[in-house]
Amino acid sequence: MSKPKFAMYWAASCGGCEIAVLNIHEKILDVDANFEVVFWPVAMDAKYKDVEAMEDGSILLTLWNGGIRNDENEHIAKLLRKKSQILVAFGSCANEGCIPGLANFSPASEIMTTAFNTISTDNPKGILPQPHYKMPEGEIHIPTILPMLRTLDQVVDVDYFMPGCPPESHQIAAVIDLVIQALQGKAQLPPKGAVIGAGASTVCDECERKRNVKTIKEFGRIQLQHADPELCLLEQGIPCNGPATRSGCNSRCPSAGAQCIGCYGPAEGVSDYGARLVAAFGSVIDSNDPAEIDRILDGLVDPAGQFYRFNLAGSMLKASIPAIRANGG
Amino acid sequence: MQRITIDPITRLEGHGKIEIFLNEEGDVANTYFQIPELRGFERFCVGRPIEEMALLTNRICGVCPEAHHMAAAKAADAVYKVEVPRTGKMLRELLYSAFYATDHTTHFYALAGPDFVMGPDAPVAERNILGVIHKVGLEIGGQVIQMRKYGHTVVEIIGGRKVHPCTSIPGGLTKGITKEQRDEILEMGKWAIGFAQFSLKLFNDIVLGNKTYVDLILGDIYTHKTYYMGMVDENNKTNFYDGKVRVVGPDGKELVKYAPHEYTENVAEHVEPWTYLKFPYMKKVGWKGFVDGADSGIYCATPLSRLNAADGLATPLAQEEYDKFYKTLGGKPVHQRLATHWARLIELLYAAERWVELASDPEITSPNYHAIPTGKPTEGVGIVEAPRGTLTHHYWTDERGVVTKANLIVGTTNNYAPISMSIGKAAKSLIKKGTVVNEGLLNMVEMAFRAYDPCFGCATHSLPGQMPLEVTIRKADGEALDVLKQYID
Repeated sequence: MSKPKFAMYWAASCGGCEIAVLNIHEKILDVDANFEVVFWPVAMDAKYKDVEAMEDGSILLTLWNGGIRNDENEHIAKLLRKKSQILVAFGSCANEGCIPGLANFSPASEIMTTAFNTISTDNPKGILPQPHYKMPEGEIHIPTILPMLRTLDQVVDVDYFMPGCPPESHQIAAVIDLVIQALQGKAQLPPKGAVIGAGASTVCDECERKRNVKTIKEFGRIQLQHADPELCLLEQGIPCNGPATRSGCNSRCPSAGAQCIGCYGPAEGVSDYGARLVAAFGSVIDSNDPAEIDRILDGLVDPAGQFYRFNLAGSMLKASIPAIRANGG
Repeated sequence: MQRITIDPITRLEGHGKIEIFLNEEGDVANTYFQIPELRGFERFCVGRPIEEMALLTNRICGVCPEAHHMAAAKAADAVYKVEVPRTGKMLRELLYSAFYATDHTTHFYALAGPDFVMGPDAPVAERNILGVIHKVGLEIGGQVIQMRKYGHTVVEIIGGRKVHPCTSIPGGLTKGITKEQRDEILEMGKWAIGFAQFSLKLFNDIVLGNKTYVDLILGDIYTHKTYYMGMVDENNKTNFYDGKVRVVGPDGKELVKYAPHEYTENVAEHVEPWTYLKFPYMKKVGWKGFVDGADSGIYCATPLSRLNAADGLATPLAQEEYDKFYKTLGGKPVHQRLATHWARLIELLYAAERWVELASDPEITSPNYHAIPTGKPTEGVGIVEAPRGTLTHHYWTDERGVVTKANLIVGTTNNYAPISMSIGKAAKSLIKKGTVVNEGLLNMVEMAFRAYDPCFGCATHSLPGQMPLEVTIRKADGEALDVLKQYID
């Protein structure tokens, strides 16, 4: 009997998801033993037309990382959706846009003009890359950048969502174990649409720092103090995103003295990450005076980034109004 | 006009693409190496707090996030004009040394190794990491995995995470290390020195002991005479984490040595309308197109470049290897791009020695790892040597330390022009009068840019060590004449 087929693809991402998969070490041999890897550009053959030639639904499991930034990403997303029985949005970019999704604060045209007019760029004629360009020898082309970065489920139907930037290797190993057991009839897969490879509570629930339910008079910056290594960072005024962020990472950053920046996305049941975080921050502010509250909130120097750092593209907002307009919305 | 398309070259972000045009005689008229993606970090870093740059720009590259973490942290130090305490600097460099050793190991064994250990002409099925392990022994394969595990462990102990470290902040770090952690790091570092020495011996036995390989390295096809860039300390010895950027010419003489904040006077980026990546060059020499030589500002920033740009290495065992390298290859500078693989192993040894040196320092466990910045944030540049080239981060902020402008010149970008030239030269050497050397073209084009370990190719080979390539040769009317495949069923 032939083994079930496995694929992994990266779109607009950094490669960290691939490294996280390789960091499961010997578990990678289980993947090899139980699956036939048919498409995985980091590891092997990357021809699109081989995928096109496959029967629809012939790949059992596809892990997709990366957002949809250009027309090539979109094309491959649709292709792999058609060929896959189970499509997993793998990692923060595919789930919610991640850091590259912050690009949605501006129209794509501004991204281009900024990148090609920096202080070190020698570009007196204001040249911008063109998707189709006629050289003396013939026309050559590159993909077209789309007006907004989109998440995978904004482009195609997604079966499961696995958060994290990148997903923790122990979570990846557990998910792979589960799929293999399901193949052997020893376990059941979760219902379609489920979040897998993560916890159901918040980063705070996994955090070992002490909380005294203390309130604050100002927000501070992590570099402008020596934070107490034992106490809750938020209660020290450091804007830590733990209260709104899904558990599953073992509270990795707060354990290392750094604030949670929210890479595991919204906690279970949170429909708007930013709104939940605003509520959590509001609950630690020690004031009822509107003017004082305003002053305290001014200590958050980048509210838009603070509340939507990893999930702007996947949030209800999705993008700034100029970017949405440029997208024809 | 005939046209050859190599599409896609699997890479880190999407797919690179090579277009080769032939003239009426069937010789190569021109080649274009295109990069198809742009994510726009320089735009959306604006508005974010300066301390987040070390966290956000990590996400440019998940293969070398440590490099962005460090360059951004150093730029943020400069923005506040804060001096990081000695322990803070050492901890950052210790993390960075362990990362370097890991990254260079991956490249040599999984990516480049198969070409040399198995040979460029070995059967495709054997030209991969598994073939290397079969040839050199399973035990060595286990050691390669061990080396990678050790490196990641150090990154996690100091950086808080295995991928996308989070502990460097303006003025130092959020945490230090305990004596127990220091002992663990030190033991792993000592092991790493032995591993690096073993790797150099392997290279010596298999590659330098084989005339065919030596001829390949010294041959003209992979030779370009360009400027070379690398960071050096006050004694002009290579340093990955800190120092000044030194550039030497094709004759080996110093062109310039600049401090990070002087980079805009020295480096500029050329734009072409057919690709999303820019082409950096030495500003004072100028952009003269895709040509090498002293009159062309094109430079290289690779392990080979770093050795060429420095007067030596600061650790004893690596210095011995440095001397042997130039003695064997006929003096400085070395222009043969395939020697980059050897240079990378010498850097692996240096990184391991530096790892032990730093871990042995009594102050490494001091709690004095962070200085609170007191200056007004304004503007700052941070430079480190990423494994794939000099990495420059430049930020401007308002008085609250919120970024108002950003400029990034990323490791591999430095080498875009020389890689393009190397691909062109390989194509010209192999395609003459319409005759294509089938297997050879694919292997040799691949090897031309693998030497640079470009980020858009670095992860390509991670597991089986294979680069899928397909070359379609078309007549002027678009009809396919021939399709050449490698690693593609």
